[in-house]
Amino acid sequence: MLTAVLALSLLGIVFGLLLGYGAIRFKVEGDPLVDQIDALLPQTQCGQCTYPGCRPYAQAIAKGEADINQCPPGGDTTIDALADLLDRDPKPLNPDNGIIKPKMVAIIDEPVCIGCTLCIQACPVDAILGAAKQMHTIIAEECTGCELCIPPCPVDCIDMIPIKKNVSSWKWPYPVYEIVEKPA
Amino acid sequence: MDRLWRFHGGVHPEQNKTISTRQPVINAHLPRRLTLPLNQHIGEYAEAIVKPGDTVLKGQMIARATGYVSAPVHAPTSGTVVEVSEKPIPHPSGLSAPSIVIESDGVDRWIEHQPVADYTALDPSELRNIVREAGIVGLGGAGFPTFIKLNPGSNKSVKTLVLNGVECEPYITCDDMLMRERADEIVSGIRIMRHALRAEECIVALENNKPEAYEAMVSATKNEQEIFVRQVPTIYPEGSEKQLIQVLTGKEVPSNGLAINIGVVCQNVATAAAIHRAIHHGEPLISRFVTVTGDGVKDPRNMDVLIGTPMCELIEQCGGNADQLDRLIMGGPMMGFALHDTGLPVIKTTNCILAVTSAELPQARPVMPCIRCGACTDACPVNLLPQQLYWFAKHKELDKVQEFNLFDCIECGCCSYVCPSNIPLVQYYRFAKGEIWNREREKEKADLARQRFEFRNQRLEIEKAEREARRGKKKAALQTDSASGARDAAQAEIKAAMDRVQSKKNTGT
Repeated sequence: MLTAVLALSLLGIVFGLLLGYGAIRFKVEGDPLVDQIDALLPQTQCGQCTYPGCRPYAQAIAKGEADINQCPPGGDTTIDALADLLDRDPKPLNPDNGIIKPKMVAIIDEPVCIGCTLCIQACPVDAILGAAKQMHTIIAEECTGCELCIPPCPVDCIDMIPIKKNVSSWKWPYPVYEIVEKPA
Repeated sequence: MDRLWRFHGGVHPEQNKTISTRQPVINAHLPRRLTLPLNQHIGEYAEAIVKPGDTVLKGQMIARATGYVSAPVHAPTSGTVVEVSEKPIPHPSGLSAPSIVIESDGVDRWIEHQPVADYTALDPSELRNIVREAGIVGLGGAGFPTFIKLNPGSNKSVKTLVLNGVECEPYITCDDMLMRERADEIVSGIRIMRHALRAEECIVALENNKPEAYEAMVSATKNEQEIFVRQVPTIYPEGSEKQLIQVLTGKEVPSNGLAINIGVVCQNVATAAAIHRAIHHGEPLISRFVTVTGDGVKDPRNMDVLIGTPMCELIEQCGGNADQLDRLIMGGPMMGFALHDTGLPVIKTTNCILAVTSAELPQARPVMPCIRCGACTDACPVNLLPQQLYWFAKHKELDKVQEFNLFDCIECGCCSYVCPSNIPLVQYYRFAKGEIWNREREKEKADLARQRFEFRNQRLEIEKAEREARRGKKKAALQTDSASGARDAAQAEIKAAMDRVQSKKNTGT
């Protein structure tokens, strides 16, 4: 009886120490779940999810404060991927956060621009080039289409245009046909 | 050396080749307007170096290569540039791409030719440069810039140069006719390529359904050292590079690898002839043999066509059969794609224009559910599991479909051809490949955006910290000032001034 109690206690102590050491030795810095969620978000940094950027939204999801259906630029693809990662059921996009739109890119009507730099300060990815009282322009390859530059513009010279389809970005469509059970 | 191997699977579709080989090759008429897309090759678009209104000579470079994987474009005839803009191109999407439109002056006047007197005196890199400047790309159909394939890399040696004249796809006969009529040019091209590659031997491979071409190649190579002409059994898709190498050498090109990894370089016969013309005649790639065939034309044949010629003019010259013509296909019935317009230009990779009637090649057969018969697996020349790929692609399981080696699929269409349920399998694979590429592109873009966003936040924080530091410093400076009595001095000054005013007032009253 006593031997058994001692043996089990000893085992408990040994494994407890081992686990305690392991927790210190292999301590994970930061929250890996946030990184995984962040990797699935489109990085538009548009704030439509009500968080100031994709990473804050990822943190909120990880903490359970935000739902997975608040990202309009990511659309169903992102929601499905998040549901898959977090083992939850996918759900439709929350309409309060916005609607799914085709991918857009901002363009400045350059003759109208007065060079106020307000859009430069609003751009979350530094994709606008310009200086005070100089014409501004958008680096199209780096624009995420977040639309954050539009409200601050005092002369309303920024437009969103859909990204043009070209031969290099074109992809084969999903085959659509009718399946017949028995050919005529 | 005489032994041949075979690859897994393959199919035997109806050949339909003899209808276009009955007549010798003729030159197509000089068109009035030629449209030259700037992306006739795999890689970066060429960049136009002419503008509307410029006059150009035949063979003059009109667009230069940008980046490494790219090829220039030359004027196929003399005339005037009338437009540099987006024009519809022969592509499955039916989209447009930047193009140069030339109106011919009918004179067809050449630039001054600068042939190479003795190519053996040139370094392989100089030869490659000439090939690059001549705008030569793989003429078998893929359009990969040839000079890159002539560069095996300093640490790799080339044992075998394979000249691909297999032409396994039904209807297409342009390589067959080229071998019959221009065997000497092909052999001359082989000599140049062997010099550039330092290849030990060369095998010219063609299917045994081309006896005339075989005779022509054998007689053209009879005085050559280490050039062998080999007839291979007729089976589709033997003309695919990896399958042909397997048949000739018994070696498989590794997955995700290149032919050069096993010491082989494979070039199309028409590419060899183009290299000959570039080196010995100083002529860039401005024309090619095109098969115009199918029941949609009265007089199917092969023609030597200037790049940029509208396809409808070729159809007309072959006796168009407009009332029965259902659609135009660029390439063959197995791997070709339907064109959206008959006025599209011939480009460097246009080997065949197939004008079919609906009776000849029905649009789409009724699709039935998959019965898991496994016929597609037996037919796959790459040893894939087409049925598994189909299920995964259908349900958009992109990771799974990649695990089953989707990217080894050569899109030959054997699986769709044998499918008793007529399922358009290749369409699913193309869809899945496109989705995966798109996903990768988007991920790259997202990573860049994340990096820039984080960098910006960092910068803003640094700026904020600097501002705080400056403010702190100012405050501190103010405090030290008061400690040293400067504040008192100022107060005293104010008091003195007030006193002065007071005394003035007093004296005034």
